[in-house]
Amino acid sequence: MIDLINLGVKSIFIDNMVFAYFLGMCSFLAVSKKVSTAIGLGLAVTFVLTITVPVDWFLLEYVLKEGALTWISPQFAVIDLSYLSFIMFIAVIAAMVQLVEMTIEKFFPALYGSLGIFLPLIAVNCAILGASLFMAQREYTFTEGVVYGFSSGLGFLLAIVALAAIREKLKYSNVPDGLKGLGITMLLTGLMGIAFMSFMGISL
Amino acid sequence: MSTETLEKKKRESLFSKRRKKFIVDPLNDQNPITVQVLGICSALAVTTQMKPSLTMAISVLVVMIFSNLVISVLRQLIPTRVRIIVQLAVIATLVTLVSEVLKAYQYDMYKQLSVFVGLIITNCIVMGRLEAFALGNKPWDSILDALGNGLGYGWIILAVAFFREILGSGKLFDFPVFEAIGIHNFPTNGLMVTPVGAFFVLGLLIWVMRTRSGYVER
Repeated sequence: MIDLINLGVKSIFIDNMVFAYFLGMCSFLAVSKKVSTAIGLGLAVTFVLTITVPVDWFLLEYVLKEGALTWISPQFAVIDLSYLSFIMFIAVIAAMVQLVEMTIEKFFPALYGSLGIFLPLIAVNCAILGASLFMAQREYTFTEGVVYGFSSGLGFLLAIVALAAIREKLKYSNVPDGLKGLGITMLLTGLMGIAFMSFMGISL
Repeated sequence: MSTETLEKKKRESLFSKRRKKFIVDPLNDQNPITVQVLGICSALAVTTQMKPSLTMAISVLVVMIFSNLVISVLRQLIPTRVRIIVQLAVIATLVTLVSEVLKAYQYDMYKQLSVFVGLIITNCIVMGRLEAFALGNKPWDSILDALGNGLGYGWIILAVAFFREILGSGKLFDFPVFEAIGIHNFPTNGLMVTPVGAFFVLGLLIWVMRTRSGYVER
């Protein structure tokens, strides 16, 4: 149990998707202009991550890994389909995003309107695919996968909401022309990254 | 019949002025990273050293050229509703190929890049150019567009890697530059090797490039 909590804290703060691995930067930069939209996107990412990582875990464990197909017949023990993992993972993610999109459109039309184009783009959010690939690489168990997916999502939510809050205030400051928009956001993210580096001191 | 031949448009040369623009524009004024804000993720993650950056730049270039070509050839056949899935399938196939090639011939590099090879799939540059260009243009133009954007991406990540490697570890392509020119114990900056350094270097690079081109984001 304590291991799982450690993993959770670690993936939210220390191995934060954005600050430690630069995953999900595209939407992180593009959707962080308003706090409300940022919360919406953060929640959507968390949700999709919590679903896709376990689903991809099943896929990896029972279809793709070397010898994973033995549950069908023992003679498949030599088959190693792991080279298919990119395609399979991205297919699962695209399907899940489609589902989430339809759900949000039906039940939360206001949120759907404000997320706009970025909802389908979650499919190409590197954070989602990255989490699945990390899960495969670090050989997590099922429960670890669930915890990892959920807490990485929370980490992303935390980062994007914090950045959006800063950018809302930034509107009132006088930024040099060339630095407006992307430039100042990169520098801000760097400063936030320094703040997050302080968590590295925690030994888990 | 003769009228038809008269009206037939003069064939455009392979590298006409219009086409040169496809290659030159993304290098500077329409740079995918600093102006279009695409493909930031991998631009930062692999740039601690020059070597992995070069590998990454070449991989992305290869994936872009072929995916742009394939999508552009198929553009009349792809139904708009499922185009994202089709694009992802094409990109994922190409990335799998690249990753297998790296695994076979450059195993150390493959280990070092780890998940970031796979993440070319979700690199917004590839997808963004497919959406914005390849879906509406002829194959040759699309190849040129991919070439231009791939090179534009490549030179930016190499520039970031240059500063991070030389300031962070005092080396270039693993070659100890400062020791070679006689400066021993050059004070390296550990911050450059951490993710934070990448944000700062890219942020400053964007500032310089945008000031030079006069581009202002609203």
